[in-house]
Amino acid sequence: MASAHAIPSLDEEFEFTAESKRRIMISLGVGVALVAIGAYLLASGAGSHETHVAAHGAGGHEAHEGAHHAYKWTNRLWANVWLNAIYFTGASVIGMFFMSYNYLAQAGWSVAFKRIPEAMPAYLPFMGVVVLAVFFIAGHDLFHWTHPGLYDKASPEFDPIINGKKGFLNTPFYLTRIILYFALWYGLWRMLRNFSLQEDLYGGTDYYEKSIKFGTAFLLVFGVTSSTSAWDFVMSIDTHWFSTMFGWYTLASWHVTGLAIITLTVVTLREQGYLKWVNESHLHDLGKFMFAFTIFWTYVWFAQFMLIYYANLPEETIYYRERFSGYGGIYKAPFLVNLLLCFVFPFLILMTRDAKRTNIILKLAAWCIIVGHYFDFYNNIMPGTVGEHGGFGPLEFGMILIFASGFVWSLYSQLSKANLIPKNHPMLEETLHHDI
Amino acid sequence: MSDAHDNGKFLVGIFDDDDVVLQAVKEVKKAGVRIHEVYSPFPIHGLDVALGHPRTRLGIAAFLFGLSGTLTALALTFYTEGFDWPMIVGGKDSYSPIVYVPVIFELTVLFCALGMVGTFLVSNGLGPTVKPLMYDLRTTDNKFAMAIDLSKNNIGEGDIEQILKKSGAAEVNVKQF
Repeated sequence: MASAHAIPSLDEEFEFTAESKRRIMISLGVGVALVAIGAYLLASGAGSHETHVAAHGAGGHEAHEGAHHAYKWTNRLWANVWLNAIYFTGASVIGMFFMSYNYLAQAGWSVAFKRIPEAMPAYLPFMGVVVLAVFFIAGHDLFHWTHPGLYDKASPEFDPIINGKKGFLNTPFYLTRIILYFALWYGLWRMLRNFSLQEDLYGGTDYYEKSIKFGTAFLLVFGVTSSTSAWDFVMSIDTHWFSTMFGWYTLASWHVTGLAIITLTVVTLREQGYLKWVNESHLHDLGKFMFAFTIFWTYVWFAQFMLIYYANLPEETIYYRERFSGYGGIYKAPFLVNLLLCFVFPFLILMTRDAKRTNIILKLAAWCIIVGHYFDFYNNIMPGTVGEHGGFGPLEFGMILIFASGFVWSLYSQLSKANLIPKNHPMLEETLHHDI
Repeated sequence: MSDAHDNGKFLVGIFDDDDVVLQAVKEVKKAGVRIHEVYSPFPIHGLDVALGHPRTRLGIAAFLFGLSGTLTALALTFYTEGFDWPMIVGGKDSYSPIVYVPVIFELTVLFCALGMVGTFLVSNGLGPTVKPLMYDLRTTDNKFAMAIDLSKNNIGEGDIEQILKKSGAAEVNVKQF
């Protein structure tokens, strides 16, 4: 029983070993090499067909449909950078989201591994820089709405629908919003992180009370910005199309990815001999979290799909048409893989109580969710940016490796900066005796 | 959970504290006494493990009730829309299953919920005219009762009473159904 658990020492530092640094550098190097190979293949003209037989044949590089700009192979490169930046922005900010709602709910159980979500948002500034850089370098190629002709009645490009969205979709306001998101998310995380580190030194409940206040402030901010950032980062790519569920949908996707990363990190660290105070009940709760939000994502996915399917309005169904059968059908496989990895598989393997207490099943489910939600963002970003020139080759895989290596590096170096358990947290006793 | 067919002679140990009863379960079992059931006004953490209950079969029942709802909904929608009175709505085929996912989902939940209410009533021997079996009325208030079926134990009544007392029972009563 709980009282019989031996509580190990509360002073435990995570060591970011030279060995793991070396491994991360190797995977980063492999990523860079793959991106270089992929870029070379694309630039030399072979790239867009390497993974599939495209229905449009060799003429794929011609400019198509007058209104679109000519396709350049760099579009696919920048679309990939954008995709990964958005994915890892979400994965990072969810660490803050997790901490905040746990503070607001005054949850005790999660304190045992609190340092892991606490370490995740450190990656945000890098992602902010990447997002802004991509927007400045390739915004014109990725975002149809940035073309000035769309808003000029005299221009042949004039588009009354996009013109109607001018109040929201214009470059100055867009940039202001993006900077605001990253500044607010990172700033509020910095506050909570500092409180947490000072609490380790001085103790008392002051830092806890302050953390609840700032965590609540973050939740208010994130309540709005999670939706608006989803519109800005992802939905504005398909400028004509809109879905009122899209904010929720992206939040659900980010959230379950973040939970999977937290779970995977907890299980991995435990297997390496850290976090011995995390018991099966903590793992069970993390498993429940992943299970529940897998279903939540599917619910939102289906609600969005179902309404569009049912209503049968051409301007809405085009979105799914492009993904399911458009562009020579190249997005059909990721579309189905996404559903399989994000719903069917984790739903089935996480169902029983014992599964949620088993390391290997938790890891399997977490990996499924992490990979599956990459394809979620892939489906939402790629058809609108590169269309028929999309695919999955060395460029895509290498880009994931680069961003993931950076994420793991940032996570590990943050973890090594503080004690692995917040030893003066007021809820410490509760979490050490967590038993369900 | 009591059995609907509890009968015979029982020895009922009454406890004042949930921690004591949890500890007593382990001691009594260690002394070789088979415990019929423990009754408590609220769920006690770890009691099911201490009692060594087998894994519940409620999940299987819930799955089967849900499945019957799914099949009913599939049959209903297929018969009405696909066979009896086909209609084209919103440009779809007259029977397109995705449209009926909400119906299928809701009937699954409904059948599962109603079925589980029925399961609860049956497995607890409850019903409008049934008089519920109470080992001690005070277990609905602030006492904890450990029931021991004398017919299933080879140890003498007096010895069991001693074991119960020793493990912290405030009183030991005999209950005959």
